[in-house]
Amino acid sequence: MSEPAITPELVARHNLTPDEYERVLQILGRTPTYTELGIFSVMWSEHCSYKNTRPLLKTLPTKGTGILVGAGEENAGIIDIGDGLAVAFKIESHNHPSAVEPFQGAATGVGGILRDIFTMGARPIAAMNSLRFGELTQPSVRRLFSGVVSGIAHYGNCFGLPTVGGEVYFDRSYEGNPLVNAFCLGVLRHGQIARGKATGVGNPVFYVGPATGRDGLAGAAFASQDLTEESAEHQRGSVQVGDPFMEKLVCEACLELLTTGAVAGIQDMGAAGLTCSTCETAARAGTGIEIELDRVPQRSPRMSSYEIMLSESQERMLIIVHRGREAEVQRIFDKWDLPWAEIGTVTDTGRMVVRHGGRVVVDVPAAKLADEAPVYQRESKEPGYLTQVRAFRFDGVPDTTQPLNVLKQLLAWPTIASKNWVYRQYDHMVRNGTVVSPGSDAAIIRIKADSLPPVAEGTPLKPVPEKLLAMTVDCNGVYVYLDPYEGGKAAVMEAARNLACSGATALGVTDNLNFANPHNPELFFQLKESLRGIGDACRALGVPITGGNCSLYNQSPAGPIDPTPTIAMVGLIDRRELITTQSFKNEGDAILLVGHLVHPSDPLQGLGGSAYLQLIHGLKTGTPPTCDLEGGVQLVEVLRALIHGGSIKSAHDCSEGGLAVAIAEACFQAPAALATPQLMGATIDLSTVTGLRTDALLFGESQHRVVVTTSAIEAGKVIAQAKALGLTAQRLGTVGGSDLVIRLSTGEFSVPVAELHDGWWNAIARLMA
Amino acid sequence: MQFAVLQFPASNCDQDCVYAAQVLGHSARLLWHKSSSLAGADAVIVPGGFSYGDYLRCGAIARFSPIMQAVAEFAAQGGLVLGICNGFQILCEAGLLPGALIRNRSLQFRCEMVHLKTLRHDTRFTSQIPANQPLRLPIAHGEGCYYASPEELALLRTRGQILWQYCDANGQTSDESNPNGSVESIAGVINEAGNVAGLMPHPDRAVEPLLGSSDGRWVLESLVHSVQRN
Repeated sequence: MSEPAITPELVARHNLTPDEYERVLQILGRTPTYTELGIFSVMWSEHCSYKNTRPLLKTLPTKGTGILVGAGEENAGIIDIGDGLAVAFKIESHNHPSAVEPFQGAATGVGGILRDIFTMGARPIAAMNSLRFGELTQPSVRRLFSGVVSGIAHYGNCFGLPTVGGEVYFDRSYEGNPLVNAFCLGVLRHGQIARGKATGVGNPVFYVGPATGRDGLAGAAFASQDLTEESAEHQRGSVQVGDPFMEKLVCEACLELLTTGAVAGIQDMGAAGLTCSTCETAARAGTGIEIELDRVPQRSPRMSSYEIMLSESQERMLIIVHRGREAEVQRIFDKWDLPWAEIGTVTDTGRMVVRHGGRVVVDVPAAKLADEAPVYQRESKEPGYLTQVRAFRFDGVPDTTQPLNVLKQLLAWPTIASKNWVYRQYDHMVRNGTVVSPGSDAAIIRIKADSLPPVAEGTPLKPVPEKLLAMTVDCNGVYVYLDPYEGGKAAVMEAARNLACSGATALGVTDNLNFANPHNPELFFQLKESLRGIGDACRALGVPITGGNCSLYNQSPAGPIDPTPTIAMVGLIDRRELITTQSFKNEGDAILLVGHLVHPSDPLQGLGGSAYLQLIHGLKTGTPPTCDLEGGVQLVEVLRALIHGGSIKSAHDCSEGGLAVAIAEACFQAPAALATPQLMGATIDLSTVTGLRTDALLFGESQHRVVVTTSAIEAGKVIAQAKALGLTAQRLGTVGGSDLVIRLSTGEFSVPVAELHDGWWNAIARLMA
Repeated sequence: MQFAVLQFPASNCDQDCVYAAQVLGHSARLLWHKSSSLAGADAVIVPGGFSYGDYLRCGAIARFSPIMQAVAEFAAQGGLVLGICNGFQILCEAGLLPGALIRNRSLQFRCEMVHLKTLRHDTRFTSQIPANQPLRLPIAHGEGCYYASPEELALLRTRGQILWQYCDANGQTSDESNPNGSVESIAGVINEAGNVAGLMPHPDRAVEPLLGSSDGRWVLESLVHSVQRN
């Protein structure tokens, strides 16, 4: 088969700049083959190389005492959780594939992150996701939303991975470019950590899993371009097709194989498929690797070396086996009826050599390809729109005279409304570990013996002590758009508050940086500043970042997305008694607010960037609430102390929609069963509060505030404790009855909780009907 | 008491069934689909999941596996067999239980708690379930809409083969409390001989208060009671 000649046009079509191509020529000392050009193109895409973000990522805090595998070392970070156990977790985007083919795009996003976890030797036991769409009033958005949710459900449900939490926001900026970020967490024993290293010169290299096809050709390169009008038509072939059944078998077979000790190194074939897995494993081990494409199982006849190397067919793994132990691979993969093939060997040349049809089609230095991608310091310039944002004041924005009406509208606003339409499609209970289901501030899962990967037969098993993990994923993209630095901090702090509200202590963060085109200095400013905020907030909390994913070029012809650095945070709960949820528990309990009613020095009283301004006044502007780190850390610590003290019955973070929405949500418990809501009323007395706008008091989003309940008898004690620890706290009211009653200095309103619940619970289903 | 829990490729509630048996103080063993012996088990659980990827139809491929031949023989000799979720689908496909399970009427997968009314308390799968109190159990399925022809339904009714119906908190059946459009809100049935039963909800996921309900124990304890009495 004749290969195309390497011309400047062909180089440009591969998204390599003339400078980058010059570098390829220097590395090779000759013109690349067509296959080599494809390989450099995907390995040096942003998705694989982080070439635009690497200098910024280096500023993030990645060190911590419990870190067993740190950021950037391997496919996922790993943190100690005590008793010889550890968690591996990571978040990754599948935005562009989902924009083009929502069901398969989202499904394979879940598949990819699952493989990142079991590649590390961990058993995947929980998933979350962070999704962004345009507004549901658009039929095209409803199609994307519905396709993405069913794609995630399809893959996770079939695999048997409980999807325990997540978040969904709807905003016009994501209309042509939805965000689909998939998180997965696995557990393992310290001794079970597997590495993606091609160690041991002479060791055989195995390919396991289904055959390679022409699907997903160069998906990583596609993910690193702006979406255009033509994307849907031209790029559909770049979207992979997922088979969760196959993934489940591959996972079980790999975990079983890892118990034998026959594995020297293991890596999934994710982005850039065979290319990335071979050159990265060799680069990590400082070795070389030689493979023979004629031995790679192929789904289509006459595939070219370019196609085989760049295919992103799913559910495939690369395994380096200790020489002499090949039969064990064969035995286990035959048991699971999975295809396998020995395709090459580890060498000491430092080169990645690929043969096909008796010819050498690739011969490149593995480490230079994997680790020496060009790095760019992009130009950054403060966006012009920020001047107007900062100048925004309330002139001409009247205070509300209809607070109940506003509350009802906010509760039914899709971003705030219950996401049960989404999570009831996810199996969130499989594996018998889900203690707190989707719908509370953080999901909580329980780890038990069968959560762990298998061990070799005959190994004496130590009893596995129960472990409780809390996890959450958060980011208010509007805040980041309106103030990238404060918004970045706020995303981290909200995640920390959500964990604190559930009774957990944070262990680590994985971040998914979704931004627009980095070549635009104003858009790069958003990236740079929000990362500075994330770094500062993580440092203030003492919580390390263990890895993550960058997704740039998120823009469609309609414009860039709101910058959305999604923060997934995982924490540990010391014992069952500390598990805390957001809903009110008993009649007569005292409702308290820990934190300020409204941040005292904010001229916008917490309304800048608020859901209220967006929904009621159509304004997406104003400086968002300041996120002072000292206050945020203090709140997390106080909450932890109060929960450990045993007095707190419920805790709910105030976020979008402010205090009134938080209180209403706390009136809604998780339903006992289908069509059986569990509701509880409350009376809130704010009649002595004066000097504040009503809308700011009820719907302002000042940071660092939590609504908690305690028994009436302990209310005074809890307020005193919070004050002694340096925070403001006050009693807001009492739990009881079937209505929500709110007394203000300007009057009072009352509404059956059942009515609020109906609007909140069914809002998305009604829009999707 | 020894349960056998079948393990097909992509069974995913196999471990949950073993765990549930253990929580109840019994032992359970996983049996690989290629095996053709039940290894002396007292009762068989066909667990939930997506056996063989649910290709073709849910349960359609699993019924041909070697282990299912052993289960059919075990059932023919009066052995106790309980199918949960995908296991229920497999037992229907294998002809061990009447009826069929088709796509949920919503066309969506559903995972949530439901209330269940137990219609008979004199069977080997329900004897330990308290009367007049709906069970709370989780469901997690995309194809749980029970279907049987009007003639079959009439037979099921006269023979008392309907064991469980979806209902509300007061034990009343209604469209609102039927999560998948099952005919007559049927959630589970028993064979004519009374030794094979299946249901879509998951008793295996409801054995500890920590996870929200322990009502599933009543179902599993009914099996135990039946085996130990014989």
